[in-house]
Amino acid sequence: MTATTVTPTSSTDITASVPVRRPDRSISTARLIKVELRKMFDTRSGFWMLVSIGVLSVVATGAVIIFAPDEVVTYDSFATAIGFPMSVILPMIAILGVTSEWSQRSGLTTFTLVPSRGRVIGAKAIATFLVGVVSMGVAFAVGALGNLAGSALAGVDTVWDISLATAPQIVLGNLVGMAIGFTLGVVLRNSAAAIVGYFVVSLVLPGILALLAGVRSWFADLQPWIDWNYTQVELFEGGTDTAREWAMLGSTTAIWIALPLVVGLLFLRRSEVK
Amino acid sequence: MITVDSLTRRYAGFTAVDNVSFTAQPGRVTGFLGPNGAGKSTTMRVMVGLTVPSSGTATINGARFADLPNPGLEVGVLLDASAQHAGRTGREILGVAADTMGLPRTRVDEMLELVSLTQTEAKRRVRNYSLGMRQRLGIATALLGDPRVLILDEPANGLDPAGIRWMRDLLRGYANQGGTVLLSSHLLHEIEVIADDLVVIGNGRIVASGTKEELLAAAGTLARSTSPRDLAHALEQAGIPSTLAGDGSVRTDADPARVGAVALAAGIPLTELRSAEGAGLEDMFLSLTADTQREGVAA
Repeated sequence: MTATTVTPTSSTDITASVPVRRPDRSISTARLIKVELRKMFDTRSGFWMLVSIGVLSVVATGAVIIFAPDEVVTYDSFATAIGFPMSVILPMIAILGVTSEWSQRSGLTTFTLVPSRGRVIGAKAIATFLVGVVSMGVAFAVGALGNLAGSALAGVDTVWDISLATAPQIVLGNLVGMAIGFTLGVVLRNSAAAIVGYFVVSLVLPGILALLAGVRSWFADLQPWIDWNYTQVELFEGGTDTAREWAMLGSTTAIWIALPLVVGLLFLRRSEVK
Repeated sequence: MITVDSLTRRYAGFTAVDNVSFTAQPGRVTGFLGPNGAGKSTTMRVMVGLTVPSSGTATINGARFADLPNPGLEVGVLLDASAQHAGRTGREILGVAADTMGLPRTRVDEMLELVSLTQTEAKRRVRNYSLGMRQRLGIATALLGDPRVLILDEPANGLDPAGIRWMRDLLRGYANQGGTVLLSSHLLHEIEVIADDLVVIGNGRIVASGTKEELLAAAGTLARSTSPRDLAHALEQAGIPSTLAGDGSVRTDADPARVGAVALAAGIPLTELRSAEGAGLEDMFLSLTADTQREGVAA
């Protein structure tokens, strides 16, 4: 081969990669969480998800100010308006955080740098949780500003009708939605399938279960124990108060999150990353 | 050092890797060859823990890959340059890897320069990269942690001629400093130039392994003469079967010394006498893997 016209592609000294034995620095969990948080938002889709949380919060707030009749310009109205886009976007963020490793195949690098897949998924779960809590904090703050501005513009008293007991339940309700998305991501390991799956279990399934409960009275009693949407709506409304209601939440969480997550993780840990 | 011991990986209905054992020594470049679907990539995936073996082991310096506390600092891996999140920039991909390994960000710029990706290119998203650029990015990721072992699947794929030469020099220099390099490639001439040791795999089984010299010596001799027919005749008289190629060269399984002696005794002037290396690797590859070739090529 004559390469007279070829200019060297690199002027860099090739000996830049000298193999030297060094003490092993293991990878801390805190570092993994930081990396996973970064990976959730350093892609184009991740970036726009994050932006859309902020934008939709403001848009929803604006819509309440403009369209809502004066008597319903209350904090609850703002929280409900902001809560809807949140309850859709947050699970999507949870899903893509897991499935992109397979659908975008970045898992090949991720799991060779950190062979313990359980640790990676654990770090993703914690990162997802943090994103959920911070996003909800932002939502409540934007809603509060909207409530102040809205009541001032409408010339009515500012009404704070979400109690301190209800707010954590709303946050928990959104975290349940994210956990469902995360679980679907772990079980299906495919972005499209997990997103479709999420809409099936959050939009189609409740209708079917409600129909079943309507025609079969024995199921009506059983529904709160197995319908995760039912217990999530209770949370959004701040209606999970009694031990029985918490037990129902525990039951739906076990059925729809804990159990599939454990099974999904077992498969994920041994699955082939291609 | 990479040690693969009795490695087997079965899928429902077929065995992708069948009782494969070999070692890749430090200070040497080991070429891993085989037809499509022979089990090269599966073997490499098992080495880095992405695929669980059905039986057998693969170890890096005596340790299972999964037991390495920070694998990126010990083993540089490039299995598929296209396996990256398309929505991330090149720089970000290196940044995430550097963060995972706990390396300073300055390392990212060093690697970008090493693989000749410009700062502008590094800011583009990988979706817009050519295969060659992805390959360079993949090599940068593999070298990021300054590892002593490299496992590269088809690293020259998609590189331009200058890039291929650069890669060859890089891997050569790397092995000369005591690093272990295992690389697979379909570019036989490329492997022939760079590899010290060869492992040939077909249908999941090892069909040949050893130093390049040993394996190519077995591939025979190429001789040229002003009168090739006389040479072929003289060889036949001496009991050495030979073939007369269309280009006037004579090929035989005997070693060059014997062919030279026969020519001298017969008084035939030779114009060329060497191990049949030029086409040797290709011939060897095709004959060794003839049973497993899709095209059913007879060597």
